This record gives sequence, structure tokens and C-alpha cells, in this order.
Amino acid sequence: MTEIAAVAPAPIVGRSFWGDAWARLKSNKASMVSLYYLIFMAIICVFGPFFVPHQYTTIYPDYVRTPPSFSAYPKPEMIETALRDTVKRMRVDVEEWHQEGEQVYVTVTSSKEVDERNTRYIDRSDTFDNAKVESKSPDGLKMVLSATVKQQYFLFGTDNTGRDLLSRTLMGGRVSLAIGLLAGVVAVAIGVVYGATAGFAGGKIDEVMMRIVDVLYSLPFIFFVIMLVVFFGRNFVLMFLAVGAVLWLDMARIVRGQALSIRRQEYVQAAEALGVTRRGILQRHIVPNLLGVVVIYMTLLVPQVIILESFLSFLGLGVQEPMTSWGVLISAGAKNIGTANWLLLFPAFFLVSTLFALNFVGDGLRDALDPKDR
Amino acid sequence: MLLYVFRRLLTAIPTLFVIVTLAFFLIRVAPGGPFNQERGLSPEVKANLEAQFGLGDPLWLQYWHYLQNLLHGNFGPSYNLPDFTVGELFAKGLPISIQLGASALTLALLIGSTLGIIAALNQNKAADYAVIATATAGSTIPTFVIAPIIQLLFGLTWKLLPIGGWGDGALINKIGPVLTLALPQIAIVARLMRGSMIESLRSHHIRTARALGLSDWSIVVKHALRGALLPIVSYAGPAAAALLTGSIIVETIFAIPGVGRYFVDAALNRDYTLVMGTVVVIAIFTILFNLIVDILYAVVDPRVRYD
Repeated sequence: MTEIAAVAPAPIVGRSFWGDAWARLKSNKASMVSLYYLIFMAIICVFGPFFVPHQYTTIYPDYVRTPPSFSAYPKPEMIETALRDTVKRMRVDVEEWHQEGEQVYVTVTSSKEVDERNTRYIDRSDTFDNAKVESKSPDGLKMVLSATVKQQYFLFGTDNTGRDLLSRTLMGGRVSLAIGLLAGVVAVAIGVVYGATAGFAGGKIDEVMMRIVDVLYSLPFIFFVIMLVVFFGRNFVLMFLAVGAVLWLDMARIVRGQALSIRRQEYVQAAEALGVTRRGILQRHIVPNLLGVVVIYMTLLVPQVIILESFLSFLGLGVQEPMTSWGVLISAGAKNIGTANWLLLFPAFFLVSTLFALNFVGDGLRDALDPKDR
Repeated sequence: MLLYVFRRLLTAIPTLFVIVTLAFFLIRVAPGGPFNQERGLSPEVKANLEAQFGLGDPLWLQYWHYLQNLLHGNFGPSYNLPDFTVGELFAKGLPISIQLGASALTLALLIGSTLGIIAALNQNKAADYAVIATATAGSTIPTFVIAPIIQLLFGLTWKLLPIGGWGDGALINKIGPVLTLALPQIAIVARLMRGSMIESLRSHHIRTARALGLSDWSIVVKHALRGALLPIVSYAGPAAAALLTGSIIVETIFAIPGVGRYFVDAALNRDYTLVMGTVVVIAIFTILFNLIVDILYAVVDPRVRYD
């Protein structure tokens, strides 16, 4: 008898809408992998540039269009050219040079007395460091110099002007993702407020508000964007606020439709009949039901904005040098596919994989949040 | 039907008028002008140029002149390409853009529909997943990534195609750009076709056809396809208008002398007449293809009548 009492059923805990959605999302493998990938991508783009030893703006004249490599630069065969180039800047001739481990020793001669201060030319190069005068002939026409070879890693190679592509790709990701989020949030905010107002106000106000949306819709989108570029110039933050302000049209339509249909649902009428306040209905029924749509649309909007930004940057209208974005990098890569295909391949991989991940997360969220699909 | 087409063409006139008016004043409100170059012209030269093109007149008068010229089929001279009129530019570039766009659209409709039907007939099997994966990839990867990768693979690595250029319309020069234009469209059409075919196969008349013992081939091609075509038709209209008026990206990357670049270049250089010409051409194409879509609706779906 007592045993039966002990296994009395635990009180049933209802799952909240979001708890339920999360559980469903978690069971969708592609979405979860994509979600982790996006988080990883965001982290490396935001924090990565601090750990890459190169600044994204630093130009290494000795390393123009260096192919990507896991081993350190300079490669053994590059040392001689770099050394001869550097020594040439000192306006002296190389008589002999050899390498011992990290150190290089070079004997230079000149018809005039060699100035010791000229070793600064060696320090200035990207390849050598710690230049010292080892010995000097009594007449000063001959000198033995030593310098250490600077070890540098360019995992993604370097671009046309000798900037590290890894740090540029990460910086570009920062800009692209930030712009995607920024314009996405602007578009969603305007769209939700506008659509919800139209949907709840109804009647004449709704009519007028939606006709305005129709008129804006009928202008070619690219014309709009280019007019924005013309007006805002090349200030990209302003421009993307503006792009966000253009992309809200879909959101407004969706939210309005949703608001209209939710308002007429029987459970809302039931709540009204039970005397729930307007505020209560909004909080309990309408906002949660709208949020699903908003979240889904947002995940679809972010990749759209990223593509749009890349497209504009590709045309040279978006982010300006030395600032960069994936679009700028891909555009530069497309112009150099013949000589330096890594300039295209790395940024393109980052962009495309991010777009894929956003897509899968969006699909997963749509499945998880669709109330009809239980 | 003829009456309907005529009525639709009549209603297109006010639509065009509104678009022309909006675009005219929008581009004029933008700061700068066609002769504000970086190096700058001397004020006298600039004033002369502006007088020559009537840019000194009050805006409403310019608008009036522009409308008059437009009604006579005269798009005006281009400000930044001074040896050409806008009409000449389009006469040269538009056939090229139309050729590429039309080939890409045909390819997209044929391949996309076939893939979509294959996927629908093998729902939730390997073939279906393969099509869905391809479609996702095709619609996710942006054109400005696809185009250079095609150049890299086919042009530089395997040396099958030229990297770019028009080559006086040689077939081999068209393959790259057409492929780039078609790939995303193939993906979208395949997706649409898959969805609408699955729905169409579930409908009652298909069940009846099955019960009557018709062959799979005739069920799909004669009966199900017809019902499944509607979403494709409504997608293909605007897509055709966009494809035929040239793609900025594809024409830039493959160095094609089409009309795709005019819009951007003209807007940035405040080449007012060229911007307006582009807007008018795009609007005409859009209106025309929307009309064609509506007519095709009636052809595909006998329930739709316009009498």
C-alpha cells in the first residue's frame, strides 16, 4: 500500500512555447551544427583579429601575393632575393653571403666608405631584423653585417599589396556579420512596428499604410539601393541603416497579416470573453505568436543583407579600403584569379559557408516554431 | 482575350508615367550632376555643356521636354558617353543581354523543371535529397562567387572556356555567363517545381487517372504537370524581366558589353538620360512579362478566363 503512494505521478510540467521550440530545434542535426558553426564564426571574426600577429592594414612589401602556407616565411629560396633587394637599398654591393641557422651574414663592399647607419635599411625590411655590424675593414669600404631572419606566418597568404589575408578575412567577417545584424535589426524593428500598427489599427489607417508599402514595392529594388548610395555617399554605417530601412517591407506585410489573423482567432476571442485585458492578450497570445515569424524572418534577412552588402562592395559602392568586408575581398579575388586564386577562395568559403549555416538555422527555426506542424 | 490584352496595355500607360515621373525627380533630387567630375570643368565649360543639354532650364520644363521626347521614342543623348544617344546604347547592348538572359531562362526552365519533377517523383529518396541539396547550394551561393569560380575552373584550370569577353557572340563565350545566370534560377525553379508537383500529384484528378490505369508517364506529363506549372509561370515572368535586362555582376565579371552595367554607372555619374532610359526599359519589360504571365495563366489553367 505504501509503495503505491510513493510512485504517485509527478505533477505534469507544461512545456513553454520556446522550450518546446528549442527541444525541436535541438533534434534537428543540420540546424544545430549550423548554429554552432555560426557561433564559432562569430567568435573567430570578433576575437580572431586580436590573435593574428598581423594587422589587417599592415603592408608587407616583401610579401606581395604570397601563397598560403602552414610553414613560416621567408622560404629558404626567398632569403637571397630579399637580402639582395635590401642591401641594394643601402647602395652597396654584396660580395658574399651565407646563413647560419636564423642568422644571415653578408659581406658588403662599396667604392665609398660604408655608413654604419645604413643598417637601418635592413631592419626596415619585412624579412630581416636586428642588423648588426660584425666587422669592418680598416678603410671602411668593406663590412660584414649580420641580421636575424624574421619568421612570419601567412596561413591564408597575402593580397596584392602584401597584406595578410587571414586577418583581412576575419576583419571582413566582422564587418559583414555586423552589417547583416545591424540592417536586419533595423528592418525587423521598422517592419514589426509598422505592420503591427497597421494590423491592429485596421480600417482606413491600415488601408493607407499598406498602399504606401505597395508603392514602395513597385520601384525596382536596385534603383532604390543605388539612390541610397547616391544620397548617403560611401558612409557604410549610414547606408546600411538605410538598406535596413528599405528591407522592412516584407516584414511589415508578414506581421500585419499575422496580427490580423491572430486577432480573429477563437482563443483570442475566448480570452476577451473571459475578461482578459487588452495588454494581457497582447502579452500572452499575440506577441509570442508574432515572435516566431519575426525570428524566422530575421534569420532569412541576415543572409540577404550580407549578400546585398557583398554585392554593393563588389561594385565598389560598399565598404571602402582599407576597411574590408567579404564582398570587397571576393571582388579583389575575382580580379586576381589568374595569379592568386587564394584571394578568391578563402573569403568565398567564409561567405558561402556562413550563408549556408544561416539558411539551415532558418529552416530549422521555421520547422521548430511553426505551430501548425506538431 | 484580345480585348483583355488591349485593356492591360492601356493601363500600362499610367503605370509607366508614374514610374518615369518618380524616377525623374528622384535622380534629380540627388546631389551632384553629370558634369561634376573629380577634376572639375571650368565654370564656363560647365555652363555651356549644361546649356547645350538644357540642364539650366527649370526642372518642370526639363521634365516636360523629356516626356515629349520620350513619346517620340527619343531617349536623349547620354551625358557621359557623349558620342552615343541612349537609344543607340540600348540598340547595341540590349540584344546581347537578351540573348544571354533568354538562354539562361530556357536552360533554367528545362533543367530546373526536370530536376523538380524527378525530386517530386522520388520524394524522400536519395534522388530527392540530391536535388534539394543542389537547389540549396544553387540558391545560397551568390552570383559574384559562382562567376569567378567558373572562370577559375573552366577558364584557367581546365582551359575549356575563354575567361571572358563577348568574342562577337561566339557560342563558347556565352557558356560561362549563361551558366552563371542559369544556376541560381535552376535552383529556384527546381524547388518550386518539386513543391507544386508533389501537391499536384496528390490531387483528385491524378488519383482518378491512376485508378483508370494510365501510365506513369502520361499521368505526370499530361495531367500533373499542367497543374504544377502555375507557380513556375508566375515566377518566370518577373525573373525573365530581370534576366533579359542584363545582370550587372555577370556582365562585369565576364566583360560582356550588355546593358547590365548602365544602371549603376549611370546613376553614379548622374547620367540622367541613361538612368531614365534604363528605368523605362526595365519597366516596359516588367509590365510586358507580367502581362505574358497572366495570358499564360489562362492557357495553362482553363479555369482562368479573361472575358
